[in-house]
Amino acid sequence: MNWIVEHLWLIPALPLLAAAVLSVTARAHRRMAATLTIGAMAVSFLLAVTAFVATLGKSTAAGPWREAHNFSWLQFGTKTLQLGWVLDPLTAIMLVMVTFVSLLIFIYSVGYMGHDDNFTRFFCFLSLFAAAMLGLVIANNLLLLFMCWELVGLSSYLLIGFWYHKPGAAAAAKKAFITTRIGDVVFFLGILYLYSQAGTLLFYDQGKGCLESGILSDIFGRTTVGGMAVTTAIGLLIFCGAIGKSGQFPLHVWLPDAMEGPTPVSALIHAATMVAAGVFLVARVFPLLDPNSVGVSGPASALTVVTWIGAITAVFAACIAVAQTDIKRILAYSTVSQLGFMMMGLGVGGVAVGMFHLITHAFFKALLFLGAGSVIHGCHEEQDIRKMGGLKKFMPVTFATYAVGMMALSGVPLFFSGFWSKDEILHAAHDWPVSRWPFYLGAFGALLTAFYMTRQVCYVFYGKNRGAEKTGPGHGHQHAPHESPSVMTIPLSILAVFAVVLGFIGTPVWPWFQNYLAGTSAAFGFGEILHPEILHVLLLSTAIVAAGIGLGWWLYGRKPIESSTQVDVLEKLRPDIFILLQNKFYVDEFYDATIIRFNAWWAGFCDTLDYWVWNGAVLAVSYAVLGLSWLDRVIDEYVVNLGFDEGCRGVNRGGGWLSHLQNGRVQDYMRVIGVALAALGLLLLWGCAAS
Amino acid sequence: MISQDHLPLHYYLILSALLFAVGLAGALTRRNAILVLVGIELMLNAANLNFIAFWRYNPNPDSLIGIMFVIFSIAVAAAEAAVGLALIIRIYRHYHTINLDKMDSLKG
Repeated sequence: MNWIVEHLWLIPALPLLAAAVLSVTARAHRRMAATLTIGAMAVSFLLAVTAFVATLGKSTAAGPWREAHNFSWLQFGTKTLQLGWVLDPLTAIMLVMVTFVSLLIFIYSVGYMGHDDNFTRFFCFLSLFAAAMLGLVIANNLLLLFMCWELVGLSSYLLIGFWYHKPGAAAAAKKAFITTRIGDVVFFLGILYLYSQAGTLLFYDQGKGCLESGILSDIFGRTTVGGMAVTTAIGLLIFCGAIGKSGQFPLHVWLPDAMEGPTPVSALIHAATMVAAGVFLVARVFPLLDPNSVGVSGPASALTVVTWIGAITAVFAACIAVAQTDIKRILAYSTVSQLGFMMMGLGVGGVAVGMFHLITHAFFKALLFLGAGSVIHGCHEEQDIRKMGGLKKFMPVTFATYAVGMMALSGVPLFFSGFWSKDEILHAAHDWPVSRWPFYLGAFGALLTAFYMTRQVCYVFYGKNRGAEKTGPGHGHQHAPHESPSVMTIPLSILAVFAVVLGFIGTPVWPWFQNYLAGTSAAFGFGEILHPEILHVLLLSTAIVAAGIGLGWWLYGRKPIESSTQVDVLEKLRPDIFILLQNKFYVDEFYDATIIRFNAWWAGFCDTLDYWVWNGAVLAVSYAVLGLSWLDRVIDEYVVNLGFDEGCRGVNRGGGWLSHLQNGRVQDYMRVIGVALAALGLLLLWGCAAS
Repeated sequence: MISQDHLPLHYYLILSALLFAVGLAGALTRRNAILVLVGIELMLNAANLNFIAFWRYNPNPDSLIGIMFVIFSIAVAAAEAAVGLALIIRIYRHYHTINLDKMDSLKG
């Protein structure tokens, strides 16, 4: 077995160790905190690259090359619970992505968090997060995956609430934790269901794992409520966990609020890695959702649900992003929308399509968030895009890299990674046999994506600077925006490079990525791109992007925005729709009015029940016991004690009375003796007479 | 032996019993400790009289057992009277009275 497979655990263990050391380090050791965390992450990155290299060029006949290392964790009864890790292309590509993006974001954080008092704590949490995420990626057991999943949720909570003295941040942290918990509970039910059916939670165990054809074909034949296949039910339950974590439609509300955390956190957790964990989970358990992928034939109805949820989320969130004014919230809704795209890609096109968008998105969205962080940092913690403007000349590096990220996200043709990965999804959706609607929704989502990104860039970087308005022209000079230090701009540049080049590993010309995941070798084929069907979709998505950017430019870039109070162009056109979008379709308000109100009512009801019924019962019992004890006491005092006392007094009195016999007068004693003597004499006389 | 047939034995016994009764009555009823002691001496002498009488009327009177017994008894009674008088003197010195009714410190 490979050395790297046996020692894959080192990759998450190193950041975990760094987090453990930092958790007991004093606040003053800032340099040590940064060095330790970045050092550990760099070593992890090198190990991840080693693992990645180990997976290259090892295609087998039966799917991708894969090696697992399992060990017994605990035993209960006759069953043994096995944990383990697995190395396959899916794991390797995620490992490299997570460690690399984390490394860049850690370096960036040194600059961004430079003025924060709790620098050490921040790096401790970041490191803990990275460890949990890497553990999640390598896990070969659904339970181990779930543990890391929860740890990821915990560190997300800690990092969103990092500035816990801000009430908004504390509330957002709580909201994120509770909302994802709803999905996680269902996810856990899915795990239990899977265990009860398959008897194992290992993914791959030399043919005995729950994702391998042996067990799958066994449990696939069983049906549950409504004739649904058991695998479909389990897959849907597990997918609910992914809905919570990846911010899909009904549970997306926490992700935009999570932007209250520090910006590097938003970039690392809420754009690049953690939210992608849901997509990764679906990709990992893909054989459950679609048994056909491992050679067991049957319907993949769970994938239909995944597709629809993804498509709805993609358009829904993109619509909201159009009307937001907070720079990070726009990106947050964009993230939700892109995650929807990934889900849709998984549903319609399989693992490779969704994962390709995940990887490219991780890079360009991290880039955009870090760029937004740089903008916020340079504008003195201003997040409202209406109060920015004209930053192009103040922050040239940030502008250039941000523009690359924006074009990658919008999907500008040929040279940007987002174009290729999104095109893959649209192409797969186009060929989806079930329905054409996800394709239309995806195309509309892509249009909106290009539109809102253009709007944002116009607001932030073009026009005249509106940041000095509130302080007046006299103070404007000292508050002028400034470019960020190089410790922040260098990671931006590196990410920008990857936002461009990553697209080339998955183009139709050279589909290396797709083949790598599938375990086959890729071949160059320039003719592929001219295939009429592919060309058709390519041209269509190019047209869509051009339309989106053009519309955005026409509405926002043509006439520079003059003042921060100027009414949005869309609001002038259709104020009703704009306000609906600005308020996020009133989903939060809807939840407030239904679930939260019901929850509050239920809590109040339980409180009343508790106070009047259960409390009453407890009080009644306690009063009954009290009454009994009073009765007992009365009996004790007035019956038992009195009787006893009376007996005692009787004995006492008897004794006293008897004691009078002993009056100390010797003559009296002698009198008794005399009487007794006389009596004896008489008795003897009588006896003699009788005889 | 002297006039066995003059007086039967029970005459002596009755006399002895009367003497004992007088002594007992005196010991029981007198308040004066000295008189109680006198009563006791009377009872003791009644017992001695019994000894002599039974000795005289027994089938073998030559053995002198009864007279010896009585002589010992009188000697002991004399010593006893001396001890009793000494006690009475101690009592008198302590209580400044010899009224036996006042001496009840042993009562319950």
